[in-house]
Amino acid sequence: MELTGITKRFPGVVANHDIHLVVRKGTVHALVGENGAGKSTLMKILYGMQKPDEGTIAVDGEQVTFHSPADAIARGIGMVHQHFMLADNLTVLENVVLGSEKLHGIGAAARRRIEEISDRYGLGVRPDALVESLGVADRQRVEILKVLYRGARTLILDEPTAVLVPQEVDALFDNLRELKAEGLSVIFISHKLGEVLSVADEITVIRRGTTVGTAVPAETTPRQLAEMMVGSELPTPETAESTVTDRPVLTVDKLRLEAEGGRAVLDDISFTIHAGEVLGLAGVEGNGQTELIETLIGLRAADSGTITLEGQDITAWPTRRRRESGIGYIPEDRHRHGLLLESPLWENRILGHVTERPNAKGFWLDLKGAQEDTRRIVREYDVRTPGIDVTAASLSGGNQQKLIVGREMSHKPKFLIAAHPTRGVDVGAQAAIWDHIREARREGLAVLLISADLDELIGLSDTLRVIYNGRLVADADPAAVTPEELGSAMTGAASGHLEHTENTEEEAGPEDEAR
Amino acid sequence: MKKFDRERVLLAVAGPVIALVAAILLTSVVLIASGKSPIEPYLLMMEQAAFSDVQVLIVNQASMYYLAALAVAIGFRMNLFNIGVDGQYRLAAMMTAVVGAHLALPSFLQIPLLLLVGMLTGAFWAGIAGVLKVTRGVSEVVATIMLNAIATSLIGYLTLKDVWGVQVGNNMTTGVMNESGWIPGIDLGPEVGEIYGLVFLSVAMGVAYWIVLNRTRFGFDLRASGESETAAAASGVDARRMVLTAMLISGAVAGLSGLPLLLGDVHTYSLSFPTGLGFTGITIALLGRNNPVGIAFAALLIAFLDKASPALDYATPVAYEKEIATIMQGLIVFAVVISYEAVRQWGLRRQQKRVGLELAAAAAAQNNSEKKKEVAAR
Repeated sequence: MELTGITKRFPGVVANHDIHLVVRKGTVHALVGENGAGKSTLMKILYGMQKPDEGTIAVDGEQVTFHSPADAIARGIGMVHQHFMLADNLTVLENVVLGSEKLHGIGAAARRRIEEISDRYGLGVRPDALVESLGVADRQRVEILKVLYRGARTLILDEPTAVLVPQEVDALFDNLRELKAEGLSVIFISHKLGEVLSVADEITVIRRGTTVGTAVPAETTPRQLAEMMVGSELPTPETAESTVTDRPVLTVDKLRLEAEGGRAVLDDISFTIHAGEVLGLAGVEGNGQTELIETLIGLRAADSGTITLEGQDITAWPTRRRRESGIGYIPEDRHRHGLLLESPLWENRILGHVTERPNAKGFWLDLKGAQEDTRRIVREYDVRTPGIDVTAASLSGGNQQKLIVGREMSHKPKFLIAAHPTRGVDVGAQAAIWDHIREARREGLAVLLISADLDELIGLSDTLRVIYNGRLVADADPAAVTPEELGSAMTGAASGHLEHTENTEEEAGPEDEAR
Repeated sequence: MKKFDRERVLLAVAGPVIALVAAILLTSVVLIASGKSPIEPYLLMMEQAAFSDVQVLIVNQASMYYLAALAVAIGFRMNLFNIGVDGQYRLAAMMTAVVGAHLALPSFLQIPLLLLVGMLTGAFWAGIAGVLKVTRGVSEVVATIMLNAIATSLIGYLTLKDVWGVQVGNNMTTGVMNESGWIPGIDLGPEVGEIYGLVFLSVAMGVAYWIVLNRTRFGFDLRASGESETAAAASGVDARRMVLTAMLISGAVAGLSGLPLLLGDVHTYSLSFPTGLGFTGITIALLGRNNPVGIAFAALLIAFLDKASPALDYATPVAYEKEIATIMQGLIVFAVVISYEAVRQWGLRRQQKRVGLELAAAAAAQNNSEKKKEVAAR
């Protein structure tokens, strides 16, 4: 399979730009990139769910156009979605034949075929089990079988390991090797570099919507991959002099958050952020960062532990009170949590601060005040827009983010949650956002910085912590640590205080309860 | 900036206009298919609208539709679908009638009290669905539909003779209300009829609706919840409280929607009290795009279809079925849903393109002027 020059535009953004990808028969080809780099869009194009604006797709040397997933399936391309698409109350057999009853009917012939596929690739699927009785890994195998049943020769797996525990991951990789040995091709999407290196034959890195290079696992290190993913030519986010004071602004003590069923999503999280300090939180996505942010902003209630803001226990406070008392929030998903996409910019300026000046006077909204202040933000934060009456959706991602940063900074927060503040933002806007964070830090702002961009983390933070499986497992001095060392802690391979050179304990001395 | 405002007006009007034109065309297709003139029924109905007694009927009917539609629109603005307006207003009208029949205070107390009874009853009935939603996660759609059915039975029970009912001929009523609770209307003479006094309440509620939604913090929270639940939550809106409040307000307004007729004309709740206002209200709220002015036009339009269509039955030389108006109302709902979504997406894309173009033009202009400066410097 070969993709050439694929470009896909959505209003306001270019999701994919000039993508080149060659997948050879009988290989596992990994596609890695940060979230938002454009992997999912590319996969949707491959699977016929979206049509590219430019570029061509060729299967077995023959140029094809997909109008729908059905076309893709007819060409032997199958997709295993990250979120399973199975009917719980049907059996495995029923789920597999559902929608493709024409292939082998729904009876004995279908069962034979399923058993045959299952044996051939070592999937170990029981056709009569009810899907609701199956675990996650089993369901995933049913999904894979479903795709194979429909005659797929190329399988796309979207973040297949996100839902699996390590042993299950190993089992999945064994399955993938079986598939490969039978001459099938697998496209494996992930941002977990360790896994990618262990299972893939070839790796294509995608960054900011375009393919930046291809690597062979044997000749590459996680560090090199990470560099390709993040892009080493980015401006470095260095902070010049330390502005850390000894006045604690936010203290989190033994915070614990449980998922349904009592599994800990966050466990024993303790840290303190002082005025003028940026605490960087490194970690592979899905290790509890989102939950931590949501607990801090009040969208989730902690199961135990306390959160203290400037001496006040805010653990039980609702979101609005937290925001009013000076917690700024740059959300990781600005479309879902930061903006009203179909509202004008000035209404978006009100969002999150509806009770505060200049947006409101008592019970009433102050439209003039809000609009005036929106114009100021547009000016000062260089939001590129023809006016403040256009909808947020019509701005590019970077300009949306600048508006959010401007909004949050306008209320003089004491504590700022900055989740991926420069994700999906062009290089110029990135530098501007860093500047704003640095400036606020000089004035005594405490910042929790969460980012997938390790250079950003190291460059901007005064203190670094690593989160793994919902626990803070390591800490480091950003002046002395390398992305590689951070990376190994992020995968759980290292813990405690990460030392680069001889011991310098001063940075993470007293509040070092994280291990 | 002006350009974008004009754009917004264009977009706001395009949806309803396209929907109405489509509905009229489709109705004509139905007429042609049944071998009738595809144009004459419209003319006949237009003729009706010229009579001032029909006009009064239309205005009176529209005032009730307007309140019902506002109640629905409040829910719509935060993605709550209060299908239960129908049960809420009927139960509220009945309770108001009962209280009005058994209580005799001076008018200046009686009338506000009766309005309050109507609002509280409506709010209570809608509140049940609200509580179920926030505590047990029951979809308000299901709960309010059920509550409609329960309201029907409850009203049937409460109007039994040995509860609060009074039998008048074949009709079960709640007895005639005390005159201190009658609201005088504007009498336009015996030939023309009387405009309900509570028509003005409808207008006032429309104004209040606009002010609350667009000028208050509460209204902003409500709209934000409707546009993006997640963004609203992150901005500090307590979703559960918001759902409950919105349901209560929606129910309270619903509770008012039967009162123009009850307090202005019939003065008793009986088997012949109109039903289905709530469902028509959904159509009207949709057609009016949840906008108070839009809803007013939509309410007048639907009231016009209602009140002008009976004449079709008596048309000479050829009579038409008055159900043509019903067909048209149904088609309007279809056309509205489709055309609004289409117009919305089209508008969004159009604006994105326009913003892109303007920014590009601005950038180009800047480059040019810089170049000119460079030239000048040389």
